[in-house]
Amino acid sequence: MTSALNSESETDAESDDRTRSQSCGSRGDSDVDTGADGQPQPHTIRLELPDQPGQLLAALEPISDNGGNLLSIFHERGNVTPRGRIPVEVDVEATPDRFDAIVSALRDGGVNVVQAGAEHYAEEVVVLLVGHLVDTDLSDTLRRIEQCPAASIADFSLNAPEGRTDTSSARLRIATRAGATAEALEMVSDIAEEKELHVVEPLTGGAA
Amino acid sequence: MSDGKRLAVVGAGAVGGSVVDLAAEYGHTVVAFADSSSAAVAGDDSGIDAAAALDRKADEGTVGDADPDDALHADYDVLVEATPTTLGDAEPGFSHLQTALERDRHVVLANKGPVAERYGDVRDLERNSAGQVRFEATVGGAIPIVSTVEDLSPSHVTAARGILNGTANFILSRMAAEGIDYEHVLAEAQDLGVAEADPTFDVEGTDAALKCVILANVLSEGEREFTLSDADVEGITNVPGSALELAAEDGRTIRLVGEATRDGIRVGPRLVPQNAALAVTGTRNIVQLETTHAGQLNLSGRGAGGPETASAVLGDVGRLE
Repeated sequence: MTSALNSESETDAESDDRTRSQSCGSRGDSDVDTGADGQPQPHTIRLELPDQPGQLLAALEPISDNGGNLLSIFHERGNVTPRGRIPVEVDVEATPDRFDAIVSALRDGGVNVVQAGAEHYAEEVVVLLVGHLVDTDLSDTLRRIEQCPAASIADFSLNAPEGRTDTSSARLRIATRAGATAEALEMVSDIAEEKELHVVEPLTGGAA
Repeated sequence: MSDGKRLAVVGAGAVGGSVVDLAAEYGHTVVAFADSSSAAVAGDDSGIDAAAALDRKADEGTVGDADPDDALHADYDVLVEATPTTLGDAEPGFSHLQTALERDRHVVLANKGPVAERYGDVRDLERNSAGQVRFEATVGGAIPIVSTVEDLSPSHVTAARGILNGTANFILSRMAAEGIDYEHVLAEAQDLGVAEADPTFDVEGTDAALKCVILANVLSEGEREFTLSDADVEGITNVPGSALELAAEDGRTIRLVGEATRDGIRVGPRLVPQNAALAVTGTRNIVQLETTHAGQLNLSGRGAGGPETASAVLGDVGRLE
């Protein structure tokens, strides 16, 4: 399962205070925005795990066992709780029934579930960036957006008809936490301003 | 419809000319007509010879033998202010309005300047006058936007947004449809008369911003006064064809969208779904109103043009008490 692979790579990255693995591609074409009954939806589970090898992997097994699709893991090693536990935020896509089963299985297995159910990457926003994207270090731009806890890049396209040196355009599909779309857009806008890029933002909410 | 009014029309461009041309059809009489250097003033209540004044404007560049100031002091019920929009002190339009209000006459504006740049001053003058000020024609040409907001009551409208500049919309829709770049489409738009020789006002977003400033002033009902300097404005000159292509791949397009609320004004290129109400094509305009009890209203139509804008002016004249 991809979830197991993600968790392994996650535990290896111990040098970072906050590390995350992302498997947005695995979301496929499922419509995560509908929220309709019975449809798979993104959910966030907050766990606190003892700082011991194998704990993360053990905590993730009930997710795949119960048909959940692991979207991302936040392993907040730099944020140890007063009782010495490590907070972990797991994003899972699952139908409401399966999500309930996942949470029950985690609790039955003795995992400390702090919070479950609030949607995490519940919203998606598409923005365009225009300007000297390549010359202004495109990978740095993307990395900085990805570093924002409220946002994750789900899809990226570059259109550079004049080659690397002239004006080009990029389309970013950004998954954001529920209610954090404005924050994510502001962050993109700040990075763009610093790099003298133009942002074409979407109309959000019920507009358009 | 109210009784016929006596109109003084100041400004002899496409809008002023059309008002003079169409006034009789709406039951009104033009008693004075002025451009920046000349005027035609009627000797009695039967009004000026509209056709003769318009012909003279076309042939000689003047509308009559009188002084423009004579038109402002003629015996009219309503001053139609249709001189070009100016920024800052909004002159000479503002002084024209002031003259009429101080004489207790009504004013109908097609000129955006006074209500975009000096809304508080305009309302102060109106309070001390028996005359009223109306300005439907300043936002969205033929589309009844200001009167719709009035009908809903501004306190029940939370936001207005839309496509309020036909030139910018024409350029963006042509760029998207034909895959050609900004400079080529601009040249085409200038050949067609859709864009002016100096398109700055339209393509930099200033014109759309002025309309949004007016809407924000209407929505805030005097609690806060907005001017162009309060607007966050970005034009379309930085939108390349490559960005429109990326938008289209995703079922979207880019439009110069203006937004007005009680909190501020923002104009800039925005991504909208290709099938969205706001994704109008060509020179068409649209305004979307968010209301507390009536849901979302979409009003679209022709946002510019002489007869179209004149119809909004004459609609305002008809609404005067």
